Amino acid sequence: MSTSSTVVLLLAVFGATTVEMVEAVTIVVAAGATRGWRSALEGAAAAVGVLAVLVASVGVPLVRYVPLDALRMVVGALLLVLGLSWLRKAILRASGHKDRHDEDAIYAETAAELQPVGAGAPAGAPPRRDAVAFVVAFKGVFLEGVEVVLIVISLGASQHRLGLAAAAAAAAVVVVGAVALVVARQLSGVPENTLKTVVGIMLTSFGLFWVGEGAGVHWPGSDLAIPVMIGVFALVTAAAVGWMRTLLPPAAAGAGAPGSPGRREAGAGDATRGATGR
Amino acid sequence: MTALRRAVVAFGRFWWGFLIGDTPEIFCAVVAIVCLALVLRHDRVAAVVLLPVLAVAVLAASTFRGRRRRSAPGAEGDG
Repeated sequence: MSTSSTVVLLLAVFGATTVEMVEAVTIVVAAGATRGWRSALEGAAAAVGVLAVLVASVGVPLVRYVPLDALRMVVGALLLVLGLSWLRKAILRASGHKDRHDEDAIYAETAAELQPVGAGAPAGAPPRRDAVAFVVAFKGVFLEGVEVVLIVISLGASQHRLGLAAAAAAAAVVVVGAVALVVARQLSGVPENTLKTVVGIMLTSFGLFWVGEGAGVHWPGSDLAIPVMIGVFALVTAAAVGWMRTLLPPAAAGAGAPGSPGRREAGAGDATRGATGR
Repeated sequence: MTALRRAVVAFGRFWWGFLIGDTPEIFCAVVAIVCLALVLRHDRVAAVVLLPVLAVAVLAASTFRGRRRRSAPGAEGDG
């Protein structure tokens, strides 16, 4: 395996984990600030533990027992589905056809849905465990982390670098967690759509490469075909964003330009609603 | 409903949402790309040209399908 594909593997896993963890951390911070940090952090840690067990229990047997060509074709197809979906969403958001993620709104919505507790507790009493904070934090981290698990297993297993892929994901979790601790609130400053675009390009390129390799197609330059594909899909994405901007209806172009206030993505508080039964 | 059945339904729903969801055209195109790769595995030049072209085409078509329309502003609703 060449250095270039290893670097792309690391960047793709790190970027994908960062994208997914930004929203997860926002939910955890909202749960911690309103219901208590102890239970929120315990819920987040439990979800990370379950996700790690998933990677080990599914990924290791895949690497050991499934024939490499079959594995690469299936994994390539999964990565293509995921990569093309992410790219489509990123292009729609960048061109104004779809509302961008708004971490400020996600934080506000989650915090509003979680009633603060402990107002009537005696001063100096130790913080009690809070089931709602635990469940909301667990669900937020777990749901956002499932895609990360798929990416780690797919990229790691297809290159027999499961440990490296898991380490890159863990590094991203640590970095996002540390940044969240420093800013002590939501991570609205993270350029999430740009990250999603870059990762979508990488996943699509990897997916196409592995589908071909798994089927027996030998790409020119072997692993060097991956950076070339990344370049091609980057150009296609840039062109698609420009093209889609020309298709924006006049009303949406005026009121709904990318990044304009008042526009946000629906469903941001799904984890919260699901956990709280609302 | 038993816990096992609920788990199986949830597992099925996850994969349905992950693979198909609001963009069945992407799933169908990826299946087509896999089939094309198998058919063209002995014709390297055709495979190297056609596989990326098909991926780009489905990306463009799916993105176009998800555009904001004049009659239904903000209609794009997938997560």
